[in-house]
Amino acid sequence: MSNFKELTKGLIKENPTLVGLLGMCPTLAITTTAINGIGMGLATTFVLVCSNIAISLLKNVIPKSVKLPCYIVIIAGFVTFIEMIMKGYLPELYSSLGTFLSLITVNCIILGRAEMFACKNKLIPSVLDGLGMGLGFTLSLTLMASIREIIGGGTWFGIKIPYVQSMTLFILPAGGFFVLGCIIALVNKLADKKPPEKIGCSACANASACQNKGGCDK
Amino acid sequence: MKEYFGIILAALLTDNFVLSKFMGICPFLGVSKKASSSIGMGIAVTFVMVCAVMVTYPIYHFILIPLEISYLKTIAFILIIALFVQIVEIVLKKVMPPLYNSLGVYLPLITTNCAVLGVTILNIDNDYTFLKSIVNALFSGLGFMMVLLIFSGVRSRVDEADVPQTFKGIPSTLIAAAILSLSFLGFSGLGK
Repeated sequence: MSNFKELTKGLIKENPTLVGLLGMCPTLAITTTAINGIGMGLATTFVLVCSNIAISLLKNVIPKSVKLPCYIVIIAGFVTFIEMIMKGYLPELYSSLGTFLSLITVNCIILGRAEMFACKNKLIPSVLDGLGMGLGFTLSLTLMASIREIIGGGTWFGIKIPYVQSMTLFILPAGGFFVLGCIIALVNKLADKKPPEKIGCSACANASACQNKGGCDK
Repeated sequence: MKEYFGIILAALLTDNFVLSKFMGICPFLGVSKKASSSIGMGIAVTFVMVCAVMVTYPIYHFILIPLEISYLKTIAFILIIALFVQIVEIVLKKVMPPLYNSLGVYLPLITTNCAVLGVTILNIDNDYTFLKSIVNALFSGLGFMMVLLIFSGVRSRVDEADVPQTFKGIPSTLIAAAILSLSFLGFSGLGK
């Protein structure tokens, strides 16, 4: 039963993007169409599950002092793998995601889960945690991409929606910031909790490496 | 010369890393509260970007391409960046303690800053020459610093403002960023 909780916590309660405020760069950059959102989300989920498996199996082998470089190499290996698969089978999605596919390597969700979960837990919970967090990320990317595509382009998954006047602004970078701000505000309202004042250091992948104790804002 | 000017203009204004390429959003939101820390982070990022490009360019063209393993570039580049940040930290600590004290805290954060990995990969994707790559890295870094600095000013006003409870903190910051991004949209078409 506790394993089931590991899976579901990432979906809504600890959603990495909307609650944890991690992985902002891909969230803002590629959510111009819903297809991109799902593609990016699933690619990240794949890398997250694989890296969680590898890291939870290797947790006793990797020396503490070099764990960050080790994690990054493991993650970069899986990213290269998914890049090659996508280039071969989904060339269209590959070209529209562009550089951000390689940049999954430095997505702080993946490094964050490695640091906070996979290096301390057994295989099965790590897999479920990775899957849950990845699906939560996919969910929020798809939600945001749908909003931007419907309002900004008047389509959804490429299907034309009648009676919607498209506002190109929402596809532009400015629209990305605006929609994300509104979604986070809405989540805060629904969760009825105090909004995050700043990006918490505990959620930051660099927390252990960062000597700036007590917040990144100093 | 004209090409270089185009690269500079794009890196600073039209294709700004933070506001139109969405790279380095985490430090943008995390560090832009004070002008002094914005400048510190900006200098550290610019420095690491230029150095990372100087190292990754020869490695890509003289090692990865001749050996036909260019598909390993993501792994190679991130390792180089991680290594490089570590070296810079150690050297600065020994050689220039005052500079280390002011920049040191930002260095570990840079390894996972996607702007640094992003600029090295974009340079390769755009087939820039060595000199163009360095110019691009330098001005992308300066563009990053400029936006951080501008935004630290915006943010000090936004934090004072009386916004609805649900919009306090990150949501209002993001919406302020949207407006700033909109104003940078005015530069689009420049240099074409």
